[in-house]
Amino acid sequence: MWSKEVTQMIISGVGETLYMTLVSTLLGYVFGLPMGVLLKVSDKEGLRPNAVLYKILDVIANIFRSIPFLILLILLIPFTRFVVGKSYGTTATIVPLTIAAIPFIARMVESSLNEVDAGVIEAARSMGASDIRIVIKVMLVEARTSLISGATIATGTILGYSAMAGTVGGGGLGDIAIRYGYYRYESDIMIVTVILLVVLVQLFQSIGMFIANRLDKRK
Amino acid sequence: MNERERERKRDMSAILVENVCKTFVTKDGVVEALKNVSLSIESGDIYGIIGMSGAGKSTLVRCMNFLETPSEGRVLINGKSLGDYSEKELRKQRESIGMIFQHFNLLMQKSVLENVCFPLYIQGKKKPEARKRAAELLEIVGLSDKAKAYPAQLSGGQKQRVAIARALASDPKILLCDEATSALDPQTTSSILELLKEINKKFNITIVIITHQMSVVREICTHVAIMKEGEVKEQGLVSEIFTNPKSQVAKELILKDTGNDVESKPKPTQPEIQSGEKIRIVFSENSAFEPVIANLVLTFHEPVNILKADTKNVGGVAKGEMILQFMKDSTNVAAMKEYLVTHGLAIGEVD
Repeated sequence: MWSKEVTQMIISGVGETLYMTLVSTLLGYVFGLPMGVLLKVSDKEGLRPNAVLYKILDVIANIFRSIPFLILLILLIPFTRFVVGKSYGTTATIVPLTIAAIPFIARMVESSLNEVDAGVIEAARSMGASDIRIVIKVMLVEARTSLISGATIATGTILGYSAMAGTVGGGGLGDIAIRYGYYRYESDIMIVTVILLVVLVQLFQSIGMFIANRLDKRK
Repeated sequence: MNERERERKRDMSAILVENVCKTFVTKDGVVEALKNVSLSIESGDIYGIIGMSGAGKSTLVRCMNFLETPSEGRVLINGKSLGDYSEKELRKQRESIGMIFQHFNLLMQKSVLENVCFPLYIQGKKKPEARKRAAELLEIVGLSDKAKAYPAQLSGGQKQRVAIARALASDPKILLCDEATSALDPQTTSSILELLKEINKKFNITIVIITHQMSVVREICTHVAIMKEGEVKEQGLVSEIFTNPKSQVAKELILKDTGNDVESKPKPTQPEIQSGEKIRIVFSENSAFEPVIANLVLTFHEPVNILKADTKNVGGVAKGEMILQFMKDSTNVAAMKEYLVTHGLAIGEVD
C-alpha cells in the first residue's frame, strides 16, 4: 500500500521509540530509585527523619513534575546540547526524557515503599538490622510487586512522552505520526504508528503485570 | 539497701528499668506515655506486663530494646545501660534480645525458612550455615514441614511459631512478646503459651509478655506488673497479686478475667463427681432474686453438687448458668427438677 521506504521508516521508528523509552526508563531508575528511597527514609515516619532533606527532594520532585513535558523539552535544550553535543535526534531526546522520568519514578518508588508494613520494618530493627539492610533486604523486597507495577506504569508514561519528542525532531514513532499525519495529512501512516504505540504500551503492561504477579508470594 | 547490695541486684537483673519516662509530642500536644516507671526482671522470669490499651505497656517494652528511646531514666540489660551504647553497639545488643509481635511481622515475600534465616544473615552467617540452623529452629517450633511455604499460606498460630523461631535464631537471652497472642483464638493462644513456657525452661530465656489478657498472665507468668495511664500500679508475684490484689486496676483486671482468652486444659474430674445425673439450669432476670438452690436443698434435705456457675451477657440481659449434679442414688431427681421448673428456671441436658 505504500513504498518500501515508508515500511522501513516505520520499523526503524519502532526501534527508536524502544531505544528512547528503555534507556530513559533505565536511567530514570538509576537516579529515581535512590531519590524515592531517600524521600521515604527522610520522611518524618521514616528510618532517618530529616525534614530539610525531605523538603528539598519534595520540592525538586514537584517542580519537575509540574512542568509540561513539551516545555521541559525546550527548556532543557542548552543542557541537552551540553550533555550529548546536539539538541535533536533520538539520543538527545533521552536527556529530557530521563530528567522528566526521575521525579516521576521517585514518587512511584516512594509510594510503593509506603505500602511496606511498618511492623515488618520494626521487626527488622528489633533484630539489629542496619538501615541499609532494612532498605535493601526488607523494604525493596517487600515492595517488589508494587515497584514492578510502578515500573510498568513509568515505562508506559515515558513511551508517551517520547512520542512528544517528535515535535523537536526527536525521532521514533511519535515523530513519524506528527510529520506524516499532522504536517502532510497522510492519515494512514499516522494510524499505523498510533496502533503500534498502543501495541507497545500493551506489551509493556502485560509483561510488567506478569512479572509482578509471578513474584508476589502474598497469595 | 546499701550501695553494694544495689549493685549486686543490678547485676542479677536481666532487665532493670529505672525511673523511665517517655513523652511523645503529637499534634494534640504532649503525651506522657510512661511516667517514672521502674521494674526489675530477673533472669529466667516470665514477666507479664498487663494493662488496657493506651496504658503504655507497648512503649515500655520498646524501651527494653531501645526501639523507643526513653525521654528520662535508664534501661539496663545485664547491668549495662542501653543509653551508653553507640548505634552500632546497640544493634549488636539487639541481637541478644528477641522480639515477637501481635501481627507477627514476617517478611511476606520470603519463605518461612528465609524468614528464620534473616537474623542469621544480620549476624554475618553464610547461606548454608544459616539454612541449617533455621531448619533446626523450625523443628523446635514444630514447623519443619512448612519450611518452603510462604507466610500467606500459614494460619495465625503457625505464623507466630515462625516469628518465635526467627526470634530465637540469634540465641537471645531475652524474648520480648508484644501482645503475641492477641490476634489468636483461645486454643492457639494456649499452644503458643505452652511453646513459650517450654522455651523459657529449655533455653533459660527470660520472657517479657505484654498483654491485656489476665488469663495469659495467669497461665504462664511468674511475675506481673500492672500498668495504667503510663504508671506501674502494682507489681510482684502472680500468685500473690491474684490472691491479694491491692490496686483498683488489679482488682478490675482480675474481675474481667473470664478465662475465655486461653483454652484451659480439661482438669481430671473426680470419680465421685462423675456419678449421678447432671443438669444445666439457666436463671433469667427475675429468678435471680430468690435463693432457689438453697431452698431446694432445704426442701429435699439432700445435697446437690454445683459443678460450674457462670453468668453470661445475652442481649444485654444477665443470664446465669449453673451445672448441678444430684447425688448418685438419689430418688428425688424427678421431684427436684419439678421444683426448679416451678420456680421459674429453665432446665437442660448436659452433654
